Amino acid sequence: MELKTKIHAEEGKQELVITREFDLPLELLFKAYVEPEIVEQWMGTKVLKLENKKHGSYQFETTDPKGNKHGFNGTIHEFTPNQNITRTFEMENTPFPVQLEFLEFEELSENTSKLRMHVIYKSVAHRDQILQLPFAQGINIAHNRLQNFFNTSK
Amino acid sequence: MNLRRDVFQAIADPSRRAILLLVASQAMTAGAIASNFDTARPTVSKHLQILTECELLRQEQSGREVYYHLNAKKMKEVADFIEPFRKMWDDRFNKLEAIMKNYKPKK
Repeated sequence: MELKTKIHAEEGKQELVITREFDLPLELLFKAYVEPEIVEQWMGTKVLKLENKKHGSYQFETTDPKGNKHGFNGTIHEFTPNQNITRTFEMENTPFPVQLEFLEFEELSENTSKLRMHVIYKSVAHRDQILQLPFAQGINIAHNRLQNFFNTSK
Repeated sequence: MNLRRDVFQAIADPSRRAILLLVASQAMTAGAIASNFDTARPTVSKHLQILTECELLRQEQSGREVYYHLNAKKMKEVADFIEPFRKMWDDRFNKLEAIMKNYKPKK
């Protein structure tokens, strides 16, 4: 099935653009970014803090299958309901530098809406490393399964 | 472009990823690879065929045995590519959409 999410990442640039159209009214799409309990559900993270305002900040914490906790945080620079959010994003205790995110929300029709997420990284190399992270996770999952299989087949 | 899509189908399967990991440590024969799995030998052969067709594995004859090697160059190409990242966001956004479709505003 064709993925609804599009990513535009030009070779040699330190930015990328993620776009996605939703079968949701604009207000509901925006709400999914604002209500902490909803953010928790779709991002799969715990929301420790989420101040939706200029000069506000946020703090998320996820727990991986091994029980390790990973922190994420950022500062909100711009917050206009149903229009845009500008914020930074940082993965704590990792070598990855903070990144800048411009989120634009747009109404397409009464029941459809669009999100455009423009992300800027410190360097081209950092962007490319971040892009590889999910693949590394996939490999780790396969590796864990393999490990379990070997452990149980002894 | 079609070929590239095939590569991602190839690595989307957990068994095939497990095979790539096995072969990453050392070149192995089909029999040695199959002995690491519960699944039937023909199923493993099919996986090996797919991985070889999209050039993630290379076959090399050594005496009477055929050994499977990991094609590191192809793996690098896959790892550099954006698809897994896109899949991660698409999964998140699908979840968001599903949650909000069932959203009931609180009084």
